[in-house]
Amino acid sequence: MLAFIIQRIAQSALVLLVVGLVAFSMFSFVGDPIDNMLGQERTQADIDRLRGQLGLDQPFPVQYVKFLGNAVQGNFGISYRQGRPVADILLERAPATLELAAVSGFLAIFMGIGLGVFTAIRREGFAANAIMSLSLIGVSLPTFLIGILLIYLFSVELGWLPSFGRGETVRVGGWTTGFLTESGLKALILPSITLGLYQMTLIMRLVRSEMLEVLRQDYIRFARARGLRERAVNFRHALKNTLVPVITVTGLQLGSIIAFAIITETVFQWPGVGLLFINAIQFVDIPVMAAYLMLISVMFVGINLIVDLLYFSIDPRLRADRTKAH
Amino acid sequence: MSEAILSIRDLTVEIPTRHGILRPVDGISYDIGRGEVLGIVGESGAGKSMAGNAVIGLLSPPARIAKGEIHVGGTRIDHLKGDAMRRLRGKEIGMVFQDPLTSLNPLLRIGDQLTETILAHLDVSRSEAEKRAVAALDEVGIPGARERINSYPHEFSGGMRQRVVIALALCAEPSLIIADEPTTALDVSVQAQIIALLKSLCRNRGTAVMLITHDMGVIAEAADRVAVMYAGKLAELGPVRDVLTTPRHPYTDGLMGSTPLASRGKARLHQIPGAMPRLDALPSGCAFHPRCPYAQDKCSADPGPDLADGNGAACWFPLPHDAKVA
Repeated sequence: MLAFIIQRIAQSALVLLVVGLVAFSMFSFVGDPIDNMLGQERTQADIDRLRGQLGLDQPFPVQYVKFLGNAVQGNFGISYRQGRPVADILLERAPATLELAAVSGFLAIFMGIGLGVFTAIRREGFAANAIMSLSLIGVSLPTFLIGILLIYLFSVELGWLPSFGRGETVRVGGWTTGFLTESGLKALILPSITLGLYQMTLIMRLVRSEMLEVLRQDYIRFARARGLRERAVNFRHALKNTLVPVITVTGLQLGSIIAFAIITETVFQWPGVGLLFINAIQFVDIPVMAAYLMLISVMFVGINLIVDLLYFSIDPRLRADRTKAH
Repeated sequence: MSEAILSIRDLTVEIPTRHGILRPVDGISYDIGRGEVLGIVGESGAGKSMAGNAVIGLLSPPARIAKGEIHVGGTRIDHLKGDAMRRLRGKEIGMVFQDPLTSLNPLLRIGDQLTETILAHLDVSRSEAEKRAVAALDEVGIPGARERINSYPHEFSGGMRQRVVIALALCAEPSLIIADEPTTALDVSVQAQIIALLKSLCRNRGTAVMLITHDMGVIAEAADRVAVMYAGKLAELGPVRDVLTTPRHPYTDGLMGSTPLASRGKARLHQIPGAMPRLDALPSGCAFHPRCPYAQDKCSADPGPDLADGNGAACWFPLPHDAKVA
């Protein structure tokens, strides 16, 4: 078990090194940032001075090692555009994205699993069939279109909810939260539905098909034959057996909720890291792009590690196989 | 049989299909007394398991009980639905399935599966239920029951798992056990042990057993009486010795002739010509007549006679005849 965890952490570190290389190579291969940072009326002396200041005149491997060393310490350099440390900018923006992602993820997991179980158990029922048909919308409509439709309906036509921004936020320590004000909560509703809908329907459809498969198994029939309550059969016996594949997909989807918040944040002008990233691309603000890339990959790697560990806690057979294998 | 635990009268199971109504079980009647083992034999598709599922109320829709009555312990149960039926399952009627490898939930400790069954039916505390779980495992001959209670199903061998399944079926002390091919999936060397265990446990408790199998050896070893099913109907019913040694229905005779016996040496096994008819293409009259060596005109016109007071053969021209074909 411990050996497995160490092995997975080593793999994760390797993945991060590779992503770091990709992120870093952007500095050298995606245009020359100096062009953007200095205006039209620059002199060669200005250019050379700035190049030296930013360390861009050193050889590639030296720059890479420096970059890694700094990144490990949370130092991603100075934003070319804003002239401030990237880490500070990210920290400032992170709460918005994390809150949005948390609400969306919560929505996706709980609604997804709940509806999935419901549609599997009542698979003949009208409600279940209606939900299944509606879920096709969630799976097939692109995120930005859902966002725009929601804005049109609830902000423009009905005027119930704000169409952009985070509303009022409250500072708690270094964290700005929208959870504590009414306008902040209202502002969360549309973006989190937009962001979580695809994941929710995906999880729901997956849970449903896994449930239908499990409900056919002998141990479910045997559980019924032992006179267990339907609730115990469905949740204790059936749902638990669907969880391994569901957790795999859910883990990846949670990663993409954070990564693809970009689109939702753009549609709703949500002041998070995704919007920051889009703006950074427009201005070739490479330190911000690189840091964002690293941040997302750390999250993905972390989520994958958690998913692997969850397998163990759910399925005792995996534990046994591992002990034998080592 | 003065004290019938299970009493089935004219039980008919129907499956509506697009091409008409199928009757996998067609008007069968029998009783099983306290501590008695009734063997049900027949080919695959003869309706043996379907009858068992009808008794425990686990027919998978659209199959349903169309006619007839089922009494367990003097109470009519065939019309019970939902929670009322659930309370009987495990408590009054236990069931043992064919494949012990798939009957146990792989993600739950066997102790948990035992206690949840006990708690579902008996009004005892959790610690008392756990105590009973250990006792139940001990009773089915699992060594070190106190420790094994915390094991997962994959940590047991096939034979041991079937013992666990039997413990689960018996732990709420039902008065009737339906054993659906309990030894088919086991090694030959383990089969005899499992049958002996099932038989001794039920004899001690006075539990009635409905032993569904296609293995004549199992019947000879375990059953007190035997019911032979063919195409959803009872062909023959009687004490096991009589039916096995002097079968009266030509089908039983053919079945016995096609069972390998050591006493018969290397002689070629008899084969019943043809195959059991499909349910949607049953022949007129007695369903066995196209394959029967003794069939006469009457056999294709009239279905076989009813079994007189639940014994004998449903045949117009029961054996012995002068000429033995087998």
